This record gives sequence, C-alpha cells and structure tokens, in this order.
Amino acid sequence: MSIDISQFHDVFFEESFEGLDAMESGLLNLDIGAADVEAINTIFRAAHSIKGGAGTFGFMAVSEFTHVMETLLDEMRNGERDVTPDLTNLLLEAVDVLREMLTAVQQKTETDDERIADVRQKLESMLDAGSESVAGGDASVADVTTNKTEEKEATPKGWKIDFRPHQHLLQTGNDPVRMFRELESLGELSTTVDESKLPPFSDLEPEDSYLTWQLIIKGDIPKDDVVEIFEWVDDDCDLVIEPLMEAAEEEIVADQAQPEPVVEVPSEPVKEQTSSDSAAKPAAAAPAAASIRVGTDKVDSLINLVGELVITQSMLSQIGDNFTEEMLPQLIDGLAQLERNTREMQEGIMRIRMLPISFAFNRFPRLVHDMSDKMGKKVNLKLSGEQTELDKTVMEKIGDPLVHLVRNSLDHGLEMPDVRAAAGKNETGTIHLNAYHQGGNIVIEIKDDGAGLNEDKIYKKAVERGLINGSEILSPEKIHELIFLPGFSTADVVSDISGRGVGMDVVRKNINSLGGSVEVASKQGEGSSFIIRLPLTLAIMDGQTIRVADENYIVPLISIIESLEVKASDIKQVSGRGELYPLRDEYVPIIRLYDVFGVEPDTTDVEEGLLVVVEGEGQKIGLFVDDLLGQQQVVIKSLETNYRKVLGISGATILGDGTVALILDVPGLMTLYRDPSAAIPPQINDERAA
Amino acid sequence: MAKILAVDDSASMRQMVAFTLKGAGHTVTDAADGKQALDIAKTQSFDLVLTDVNMPVMDGLTLTRELRALPAYRFTPILVLTTEAGTDKKQEGRAAGATGWLVKPFNPDQLLTTVRKVLG
Repeated sequence: MSIDISQFHDVFFEESFEGLDAMESGLLNLDIGAADVEAINTIFRAAHSIKGGAGTFGFMAVSEFTHVMETLLDEMRNGERDVTPDLTNLLLEAVDVLREMLTAVQQKTETDDERIADVRQKLESMLDAGSESVAGGDASVADVTTNKTEEKEATPKGWKIDFRPHQHLLQTGNDPVRMFRELESLGELSTTVDESKLPPFSDLEPEDSYLTWQLIIKGDIPKDDVVEIFEWVDDDCDLVIEPLMEAAEEEIVADQAQPEPVVEVPSEPVKEQTSSDSAAKPAAAAPAAASIRVGTDKVDSLINLVGELVITQSMLSQIGDNFTEEMLPQLIDGLAQLERNTREMQEGIMRIRMLPISFAFNRFPRLVHDMSDKMGKKVNLKLSGEQTELDKTVMEKIGDPLVHLVRNSLDHGLEMPDVRAAAGKNETGTIHLNAYHQGGNIVIEIKDDGAGLNEDKIYKKAVERGLINGSEILSPEKIHELIFLPGFSTADVVSDISGRGVGMDVVRKNINSLGGSVEVASKQGEGSSFIIRLPLTLAIMDGQTIRVADENYIVPLISIIESLEVKASDIKQVSGRGELYPLRDEYVPIIRLYDVFGVEPDTTDVEEGLLVVVEGEGQKIGLFVDDLLGQQQVVIKSLETNYRKVLGISGATILGDGTVALILDVPGLMTLYRDPSAAIPPQINDERAA
Repeated sequence: MAKILAVDDSASMRQMVAFTLKGAGHTVTDAADGKQALDIAKTQSFDLVLTDVNMPVMDGLTLTRELRALPAYRFTPILVLTTEAGTDKKQEGRAAGATGWLVKPFNPDQLLTTVRKVLG
C-alpha cells in the first residue's frame, strides 16, 4: 500500500513555522551566561521536530540544515556550550534561513543557496570550535553505506541462528514466537528448542524466558533481513548468526563465516528517503490553499448552532404546512428565533477567521532586539492584549504598517541612552504595543516614551515642502497630522532603519484601505502614541444605504461624517474644481453621484436632495444623493473576483430584497474627483442592467 | 485489528501515523505528549504504543518507564520513534523498557512493516 503523505504537508509547514517562532522567541529570551535548561530544551525540541518532520516529508535540505542547528542546541542543553550573544545571534540567523527554506519549499520557489551555505558554514565552524560531536553524526551515516556494500558479497544458502534469550526478554514486549513467524516469512525455517533450563513447574516464573533455540533458515536471504528481526533484542539475548554453506563453498567463504557480533542495523530510511523525496515533488505541484487552524471549541459551538437552526427550520416548516391565521404569533416567534440563529451563526463563523493578534505581535521582540542592537539604543518592548482577536486577512495586511510604526518609534521616537539620561529619563526606553476591542473595532496602540513629535521641526519641514504656507497658525494636533501628508519625512538623514522612502502617508493609506484609521497623539519630551482602529473583519461592514435614481448604493458607515440639507446659495462654483460647499471652516467638494454613475436622478437641485459628507485619506467630500435609506450590516462580495476592478466601487452586496447594491469606495471617489479621466467605463452600467 | 496509541508532539507526524495505521485497519488513539498518553493509557488498554522521544511535559522514555510500571503494560509492545540512529539512544530506549524502535524519518510503508513486526 502506498500512501500519499503530501496531504500532511500543510500541517507540517504550519507547525514548523510555529516551531520557528517558538525558537526565535526562546532565543531572544535566553539569558546570556546563565541560560535556563528548560528554555533551551524548548528551542531544541522545536528544531528536533522540524528536522524529523522535514525528513519524513522528504525535505532533505531542510532536515540536514536543521540537524546542524540541533547539534549545537544539544550541546547547549547538555551544558557543553555556553550561551553567548554570538551563539544566539547565529542561531537567530539560522532560524531566518530555515524560515526562508521552508517558505521556498512551501511555495515552490528558489532558495538563496549561497546564504544557506554561508550560515551552515558558520554553524559548522561554531560546532568545530567547541566540540567534536559533528564527526560522530557524520560517521553514523558512513557506517550505513559500508554495511550495505559489505553485505552484498555474501550469498549463503541460508543462516544458522543460535538464539538464547536472557531471562527478562519477554518484559521488553518482544516475543520470540513473533520473531520466528517473521523468519518463516523469509524462507524455510526449522527450529530446535532446548528446554533443559526449564525449571520444575513449581519454580517457574511465567514472566521469564527459559528456552533457547537453534534455528535454521534456508533460502537466498540477505543477512540484514535476519539481523533486522533480532535488532530489538540483541542486547537481551545471546545471538550467533552463521551462514549456512554447501560443503563445496565452505572454504571460499570461510573467513566470512566467523560469528560476528550483530552489527548496528543500517537504517533503511537513508536509502528510502531519496525515493520518497522525488516522489513527493510532482504530487505537491498544486498551489497550497491557505489554511486556518481553528480551536475545536469554535467548531463545536458552530455545530451546536447548526443543530438549533435545524430545529427552527423544522418548526417553521410545520407552521407552514397547515398555516392558519391564529398561528401568526408562532410564526413571528419562529422568525425571531431564525434571526437569532442566523446572527449567532454569522458571529460563530466570523470567529473562525479570528486569530489572536499575537500572530502579528510576535515578530516584534526580534525586530526590536536586532534594531536596537544596531542603533545602540536600549529598549524594553512591552506587549499586551496579545489575545485580542482579529480577522486573519486584516492581520496579514496590518503587519507591514505595524512594522513601519514600530520602526519609526525606535528610530525617531526613542532617544539614545545618554540623551535620555541627560533628560532625566530612564536610559532604557519603552515601546508598548497594546491591542483591545472597542465597539465593533479593534484598536492597536504603539506607544513610546521617547522625545515625542518635534512640532517646530515638523512645521518648518511642511513649509519647506510646500505642504502649508508659513503664515498659518496650527494647533499641535494639526501639526501632528502633517506627518501623514504625502511627501513628508522628518528624518534629516535617511537611515537604514526607517525613512526608506515609505512615509506615514503610505501607512495611513494602507490602514484606510482596510477600512481603518490611524491617529497620532504626542507630547514633546514625553513620547508619542499611534492609535490604529480597524474593523474586526473585512467580510462584513456596517453600511448606510443611499439612493440615487432607482439604484441603491452602500456607503461604509465608518467614512460618513454627517448628512445634511444644503442651500443652493451656499454652494460656490470654482473653475477647475467644480462645486464647493462651505462646511464650517473648510470647503468640501461636491460629487454628484448621478453624474458619476450615469443614472437619471429624481432631482438635480441640491436643495431637494441630500449631501452626505464622507472622509477618506484625511480629506472630506460631499456626495450628492437622492435619499438616505436604512443602515445595515452588509456582506461584501468582491467585484474584482467576479467582474473586475472599478474605480470608486469597492465591492457589491446583496440586499434583503435580493437586489444587488454597489459599495462605494470613498478614496476611489476622491481620485475620481481629482482626475475625472479615470472615470468608470460605461460598460459597468450595462453589466449591472444585464 | 489492533488498538494503537500513537504519541507525538508534532501534529503532522500524528496525522501521518494515524492515517497510515487507520488505513491498515487499526484503531488509533493519539496524544500530544507523554502525560496525555499516560492518562489515556490508564483508562483503556492498547495492543501497541508508538511514541516519539522528544516531547514537552513528559518525554517518550519517561512514558515508556511509567507504562512498564503499570501491570497492564508489562508486556505491551512499546515502540519509540527516534531521530537518532546512534547506539546510545537506542540503549536508552531499551533501558526504559521499549520493545523496539523506528528511526525517523520513516515512510508509511516502513511504519506498517514495523508495526506488523510487533503485532505478528
């Protein structure tokens, strides 16, 4: 029977990446000099599992690389090697390489062989410098091959086996009868039992072995096969295996007939693995589907809910079967129950996609460790709220903006130890990453106790860049906001760490594209904190339904500032910028949605419709609509997957009455306002009508 | 067919072992560490125990010793799954009371062959 083990690859990758994360955080927490054995053991075990799994699933390069790391870790946990910063840094580098190797295998991409060889070389020279144990590892492999070749030469007619079990042999769970049966499967077997040591029945210990055997097995059988049958008991018995020769051949092979001690049995996997290695590759060609690991309690609660749904359904269908008007209250009850079931199901299913934010936070100890080392800053990283759950997709997309913000805090926020000391602060700065739920949102804070934003510097820079003119007087909050403008960077020198040309504007844009927002609060000399608000999920959002002509559209509730009736006389016509509406102290451009979508509105008179003021990318615009309808949660269906990307529309949803409504993309509408030539192609309307 | 207890802290190994053995008609119960396995072993009986060596909470050798100390497991075949081909590692397994071992990496066929060897 041949089993396709590629089906376990996904689980293997998943647990290996988890193992790497565990190794990484373990290594970062190791106390130099006085490392805790249990901590090293945990790291060792992770490496060990990856090595074993990689070998089993045919990823030999990964297995071999991990073997070298494991050997080092083994010496560390045995106390043969001191934990030094060099050692942990090298192991951290090896973890990175291993992660790249695994990613490459998983995604079937190329590996950076040079880097792998380089780090492996470093690991090996580290090993050589401390201990001689590598040689031992290689030797066992060499043994196997020599054994193989030697055994080929002997082709006796069979084997004569003298088997004398020690008294306790049965207590190892081994059973001579089983071994004989196995021998029998190799060839023709004859046995002679010697029961001379059998004690009188009254003294007989049923758990002990008293018998010895002379076994003769005939056939063209490799000695390995015979040795293998006894491999588990060779210490629990006296065993002599001699070739059974025809008289004529006896002389020629006489010297090989010497009873030799049972040799270490070659471990077959070495040979077999290569074949399963090549076999595994074509089978695993299909791109891996993203998988998610879900706690059984979540699945159980869903199954429970499905049960309730089934009950409600049967109740409703009973009502429907012979419905009379008196049953109306029952029907209403049933529908209410259905609504509750549906809502709970929805929540339950959403929870499946939820992962604790620790998945995103976990990379920071390493990042901060490496960066602070490089910059000579002292940093204490605090993580809290790691168990706060967040949608998997949001999690994947928030990673980069978070890294950017943490880098920023380290690079621009925290001061050098001497500067901090001079300011009367603790030399070690603190960066605090915190996450919690608030309403339907998740809030992530990145807080540092560094210098805070330098308002004068920011103001000057903004003037220099032409973002503001020098005559304005801005509140500190307004000045802080300036850092999110495109083309703004306060770094005097572009450093290796932040300021790679990616500014805060990109961070804000990325977060906005997730339907979230980012704000900054800062106090000079005391530090800054960035506050990110994100929706819990991207699949469902709160929407405001609006109507233009006969079409319903959805505006994300989070982007709506206010809705108002306007007077035609308030509206200013500005050449090149269209209509502007003065909303308190600013002018808001107006977009007439019927123009954008090419539909026939109820009215083109601004006084008869409504202006919905929305915000995106820090800018406000007013959407002119016919009417506001209800607010509801909508399930977002991708337009891109089902049709194609359309500027100004982020997706579609199905309303309660079965009609389709398009979801407006506020930043897209802004782009459209600035550059009408990017307008929606007319086919979109045909398509929708069809 | 036999009742087998498979112990490994790696989920992929557990799944692979269980899938292979179930495919051969055995009943498989799995556990993620020695402690879990020991608790299970105390409440039901098994014809064979397969255990990884390196595991958190309780390692495979301790599990083997603990099982051998239980009257119900004095003669039960216990196989350790080890990545070390070295003689001293095998000796350790044997000293703990293991019946035999299977060296990792192994493929499903090798696993079945070894299991057949102990179950007869």
